[in-house]
Amino acid sequence: MTSPNRRRPASRPPALLIVLGCLGIGLFAVPFLGLLGRVPWSELPDLLTRDIVTDALRLSVVSSLSATGIAVVLGVPLAWLLARVEFPGRALVRGLVLLPLVLPPVVGGALLLFALGRRGLVGGPLGDATGLVLPFSTWGVVLATTFVAMPFLVITVEGALRNLDRRYEGAAATLGARPWTVMWRVTLPMVGPSLMAGVVLTWARAFGEFGATITFAGNLAGRTQTLPLAVFVALTNDRDAAVAISLLMVVVSLVVLVSLRDRWWRPV
Amino acid sequence: MKKLTIMLVVIAGLVIGACEGRAGDTSERRREILVSAAASLTDAFTAIEISFEQSNPSVDVDLNFAGSSALREQILEGAPVDVFASASRTIMDQVIAGGGVTGEARVFATNSLAIAVPTGNPAGVGGLEDFANGDLLIGLCAEQVPCGESARRALADTGITPEVDTNEPDVRALLTKIGAGELDAGITYATDLPSAADTVDGVAIPVAQNVTTDYPIAVLDDAPNPADAEAFVAFVLSDGGQAILAQYGFDSP
Repeated sequence: MTSPNRRRPASRPPALLIVLGCLGIGLFAVPFLGLLGRVPWSELPDLLTRDIVTDALRLSVVSSLSATGIAVVLGVPLAWLLARVEFPGRALVRGLVLLPLVLPPVVGGALLLFALGRRGLVGGPLGDATGLVLPFSTWGVVLATTFVAMPFLVITVEGALRNLDRRYEGAAATLGARPWTVMWRVTLPMVGPSLMAGVVLTWARAFGEFGATITFAGNLAGRTQTLPLAVFVALTNDRDAAVAISLLMVVVSLVVLVSLRDRWWRPV
Repeated sequence: MKKLTIMLVVIAGLVIGACEGRAGDTSERRREILVSAAASLTDAFTAIEISFEQSNPSVDVDLNFAGSSALREQILEGAPVDVFASASRTIMDQVIAGGGVTGEARVFATNSLAIAVPTGNPAGVGGLEDFANGDLLIGLCAEQVPCGESARRALADTGITPEVDTNEPDVRALLTKIGAGELDAGITYATDLPSAADTVDGVAIPVAQNVTTDYPIAVLDDAPNPADAEAFVAFVLSDGGQAILAQYGFDSP
């Protein structure tokens, strides 16, 4: 590289990069255009106000927000443990936490069923003691969704904690702040942008979750049928409804991702 | 310099790809047919595939199993399928109406319903009447797939309103949850029970309450390999094919 290039960062990128980049855009844009081409626009208001759609939307909103909330409450401390505390088997624990990112969600749902089903390792005694049966309940949906989505929060926050300049925390402690105060007043605000990015990713994954939910929680309108499940069922006999629900999911997700991207989501 | 390197890598990739393609073309290949078959045919058609390929060694049968309605969508969206074996006359009719088949669809098997319960029947399910019991965990196939449609028809004909806890997307998913003991009972095809015999018991549904389903098969208009597809359909309808279907609990039409 010669020095004039370095002084002109806005110069045109190589043509090959542009071509490949545009092919990359096409990979995401073409399916979306395909969806738009199938939308029955005139029937859309009617399709989107059906009970099956409004029930599924309500359930999707409730379960994705609940899962995100649980992921924050459990995931931030977990990320902190993984980033800051040396303990034996930490690499193994980290692998375990990230497993749902690479497992097919159906496998995740099956694992949950083995562990927390009526005859499961934990689910059996739990049911005997409390009468609580998780599969086929809305709690089951929240659990399956959390299982699949929470790793996004942990991985994002852990990365931010590792990259943090610890001298700020050291200074606060030197000035007499207790560990809990340092955590609340120094550490968390500094990883704030990453935390928000993690929250958005976690919510988006939770909102779109399908495989673990249908495997662990089943499919019943109003109780466990979220929007992705409603699309899947509608696709088999009512394509217009399936297209309408898909459009609803795309629009909701896109609005959230685009609007939060500019406000919060900057790499640390 | 960097640009040049990238170009060289891309060109090298293209050259290697082209060579591999040519090497593949010269090797001897079996002719393929893609058979889309209802999920309930999984075991029977897997056995039929083996038998058909033994007598037609130059043909390679690929089986694609899913709920009949999902298969219908794939076909109407242009999937390169040669043969469609449906678990429902209605769904085959929809493929015909959608322009997928102009030839005839022939019924090659019939099936009836049975109640599936976890081994040992822990909830003591005795018949369709128990499906109205809200204390039991009850699963059916979703009404959009044939096993769900037939199950609802049988329940409606008997005057029972089921207290359903989950509508599973296909019969195998339903059997898995019954076999795991997570559901107390469900309604499947009689032919689905043998494949899950180690985890699931059957409770018979009396003929008066039962529903019989026809399984039609057809070669698709857009079949990439119609000649071998016709041979496969003929094999399914032959005595040999019917004997295999009978082994898996199907009745002859």
